[in-house]
Amino acid sequence: MAEASYPDDVLYHAEHDWARVEGDSATFGITWYAQDALGELVFFQPPEVGASVTKDQSYAEIESVKAVSDVIAPMSGEIVSVNEALSDRPEIVNEDPYGEGWLIRVKLSDPAEAESLMSASDYQATLS
Amino acid sequence: MTSIAQLKRTPLYERHVAAGAKLVPFAGWEMPVQYEGIRQEHCAVRRDVGVFDVSHMGQIQTRGPQALPFLQRMLSSDLRRLPEGGAQYGLLCRPDGGVLDDLFTYRLADCEFLTVTNAANHEKDLAWLQSHAEEFDVDVIDVASRFAMLAVQGPCARALVRRLADGPLPPRMHCTDRCVASASMLVCGTGYTGEDGVELMLDPDDAVSVWDALCAAGAVPAGLGARDTLRLEVCFHLWGNDMDENRNPIEAGLGWCCNEQTGFIGADQVAAARAQGTAQRLVPFVIEGPGIARAGNPVVGGGEVTSGTYSPCLERGIGMAYVPAERATPGTRIEIDVRGSNRTAAVERKPLYRKEG
Repeated sequence: MAEASYPDDVLYHAEHDWARVEGDSATFGITWYAQDALGELVFFQPPEVGASVTKDQSYAEIESVKAVSDVIAPMSGEIVSVNEALSDRPEIVNEDPYGEGWLIRVKLSDPAEAESLMSASDYQATLS
Repeated sequence: MTSIAQLKRTPLYERHVAAGAKLVPFAGWEMPVQYEGIRQEHCAVRRDVGVFDVSHMGQIQTRGPQALPFLQRMLSSDLRRLPEGGAQYGLLCRPDGGVLDDLFTYRLADCEFLTVTNAANHEKDLAWLQSHAEEFDVDVIDVASRFAMLAVQGPCARALVRRLADGPLPPRMHCTDRCVASASMLVCGTGYTGEDGVELMLDPDDAVSVWDALCAAGAVPAGLGARDTLRLEVCFHLWGNDMDENRNPIEAGLGWCCNEQTGFIGADQVAAARAQGTAQRLVPFVIEGPGIARAGNPVVGGGEVTSGTYSPCLERGIGMAYVPAERATPGTRIEIDVRGSNRTAAVERKPLYRKEG
């Protein structure tokens, strides 16, 4: 998508990742800013289902033509599903970073970690 | 760390900003790495025509009665084979054969040459040439500030430039003075993309009007990101990645542009390497499965990736790497340690990308 977008239904991590929390599980992805900075994505190798992710630590790598970037977990938990569609078409992340371009779904080990994440307006303030 | 305020800007900076380019520091310059996207720009150059601002590149003029013998001493290529109006690729080597830079030299007149330097090496090259010029009746002049440089590349590049020009364009590996879009300039049948096209060296004051005319005629602005993926698909070397002062031309696969019989500085070491072979060789590779190797990734069993990217045309990870000489044969499988995951790659022949038909 060409226009910057920071929806209010997700929470934001300073490393340009988002979490959409639903009860004790959450979906993770990267923000519009992150995909724009990377450019057209050409490779994403999903992590293993069942692996654990730790808040503030890398759980995968995503690559554009030019660069490779770590993807940081905004919260901790265990991976319950991964977006297999990205193996063939990683550019979905560019097209729809908060929807079809989600990366993983996680069963949260500590849903209270959500309190440390930012709202859309607070996150946008960090970008300027 | 260089602050962005200290970076040099080309005459086209405002055009790049207006076009929404991502600007990055590159060799002391603030340069567009991409406009709409590397893949789109790459494909525009492969299929149609793109225009690159390469005004960061430097120019050195060498002129005087002994310009030819002087440059023959300095450059690895055989300048006796460079006619007036011709272009030639060659290397600047140290006495130990290490590669100081790779450069195109254009013979503008019998005793006048113009050499194009890599931006990062311009000052070093100038000092090196000037320090060796004293024994010759020759002037070595820094003329980088007199030129903006545009590369118009792609299968439709020549036709596009020809429509704006006051006469025929030079053939490949030649150059000629022309008026293009009402500006006088040197038009060169050279490039760094593996496509047909021309490079234009012109007065910086004319850069904006010529850029606008090229874009209005259909040239797609392309950034340094696409320039890198294009050159790597056809295995053109990037100095500082694929060779440098610590690599001999022979191990870098650049023996073809060295004529040791001319006695250039470093010729003895190049001849020795050619005769004895080298421990490592630079080879092009294609990753067989998923994954993209990047510069600095180790080759398992010895060696290192020097350039690596995603190839928009081959839709795979590609690159160049130094490997032990016994593993440099096309078809050999190598393993590359890509940030902890071993990726299998095949050593290939140059170029990795060939035009169909």
